[in-house]
Amino acid sequence: MNADPKSLHGLVGRVALSVGTFVVFILGWELAVRALAIPKIVLPPPSAVAVAFWEGVREGELHWHFAVTLYEILAGFVVGAIGGLLLGFVIGLSPLLERIFYPYVVAFQTVPKVAIAPIIVVWFGYGVASKVVITATIAFFPLLANTIMGLRAAPQDQVEMMVSYTATRWQVFRMVRLLQALPYIFVGLDVAIVLSVIGAIVGEFVGAKAGLGYLILQKNFNFDMAGTFGILIVLSAIGVGLHALVGLAQRRIVFWMDMAGERVMGA
Amino acid sequence: MRPFVSSSLRRAASTVADADAAGECLVRITGLQKIYRSKDGSDIHALADINLDIQPAELISVVGPSGCGKTTLLKILAGILDRSAGEVFMQGHRLRGPSRAIGVVFQAPVLLPWRTVLGNVMVPVEIQRRDRAEFEARARQLIAAVGLSGFESKYPQELSGGMQQRVGICRALVHDPSFLLMDEPFGALDAMTREALNEELLRIWSTSRKTILLVTHSIAEAVYLADRVVVMTPRPGRIVDVIFVDLPRPRTLAMQNTSEFGRFVARIRRHFGAAGTLDA
Repeated sequence: MNADPKSLHGLVGRVALSVGTFVVFILGWELAVRALAIPKIVLPPPSAVAVAFWEGVREGELHWHFAVTLYEILAGFVVGAIGGLLLGFVIGLSPLLERIFYPYVVAFQTVPKVAIAPIIVVWFGYGVASKVVITATIAFFPLLANTIMGLRAAPQDQVEMMVSYTATRWQVFRMVRLLQALPYIFVGLDVAIVLSVIGAIVGEFVGAKAGLGYLILQKNFNFDMAGTFGILIVLSAIGVGLHALVGLAQRRIVFWMDMAGERVMGA
Repeated sequence: MRPFVSSSLRRAASTVADADAAGECLVRITGLQKIYRSKDGSDIHALADINLDIQPAELISVVGPSGCGKTTLLKILAGILDRSAGEVFMQGHRLRGPSRAIGVVFQAPVLLPWRTVLGNVMVPVEIQRRDRAEFEARARQLIAAVGLSGFESKYPQELSGGMQQRVGICRALVHDPSFLLMDEPFGALDAMTREALNEELLRIWSTSRKTILLVTHSIAEAVYLADRVVVMTPRPGRIVDVIFVDLPRPRTLAMQNTSEFGRFVARIRRHFGAAGTLDA
């Protein structure tokens, strides 16, 4: 936050440590593959992965598939998250609706989404729509469960404080419950965004005409292991990037969660 | 609002010793009972037949060991707990639920961590949809009065426990209630901070002339602050003594060492000989 020499020193140290670990890992991988003469179609050396990745970028092949998959991830995430949030609010605020809906929700969640992916592809086709739906069904539950939990997280004493000042149920919700639910909702968003990457790829594996998952299958089919690894790098970059974005939004919006400990001395 | 004289009040009023005071008392508690039904079906009599009249601008302290029902009494007065029987009248009107004329200070400060000091003090103003500009000026005055000038835009997590409880006091006063309820407000603080805040409380009370009911488990604190000390004992929770503390005001900490002060403390302590001693 500020120019505290200690924390700056610590940051440099942490960065150096993770960069160093990465370099050692890559070098070790490269050397191991060369020394043991492992065939390229089993495990490609990092150098071959880098070359394949660069060729994909240069030929523009990666761009298009990257855009398709990112769109599927984001669209599915948004649809699933909004659905989970809305149903979470409905269930979290009404014990009656919880009794009606929740058993079905749990039953739905226990079905592996991979198992229903083929059905969704049949219903929504080989295009982008089916991937968005599959991703949405996966992103839905973390938001639902965390929203319900978050709405119950408001401490009793805060609710009593509000009620003692004549707050209505709506005011207690708007001024306390909603804000107490936010940290939980962000946990849900973080889980959902990472699962969304998986959802889009699973959808593409089942049947697709474009996307990074489709590309992986194609390259695998041609025994292009280096190309496959290149795509894996792109996928993990997407996951890390989106996770970081959620974290950034969380620190901005739920700012009070990081503040404990910055106390002023005195009575 | 209901008319002041109802049949149930007339019945209840006959049980109050000083019926003449009915016109001027701010709060009248008659035949108040609270029974908690536990899961195994047995009842816990938290409050049994509580009768109490509170005069305007009076500072009453309620003292008793844990489990004597003093917090239950306060929560019923604050409107956040239902009563099992009896009535509470405030300024002649039957109290049903929370009242805008009441301010509550809780055991813990109970501040909202996403709101600044000023934002927390403004909570009752927002809930009751009062004029923002007018009450914000009042909130700033109160914050300054408890020595927190310059902290208006700090967050509660950045404050010490004593400072947080001062914010809680400002919040309880911001909407200018006539009746202030305090539930062991300084119980969690260290002795030095506690004495300082007791001084501040007396200063606020003497300038604002609010009616205050303060629950405490410290006998010395109860005597030091109050016009009247209500002594409660547990199982069932009931009032066993009401003591007028006619020590002169303004009171000083040195008074706590006088024999007069000691006699009040001794008289209260006597009630707890059988029920066990008070903690702290």
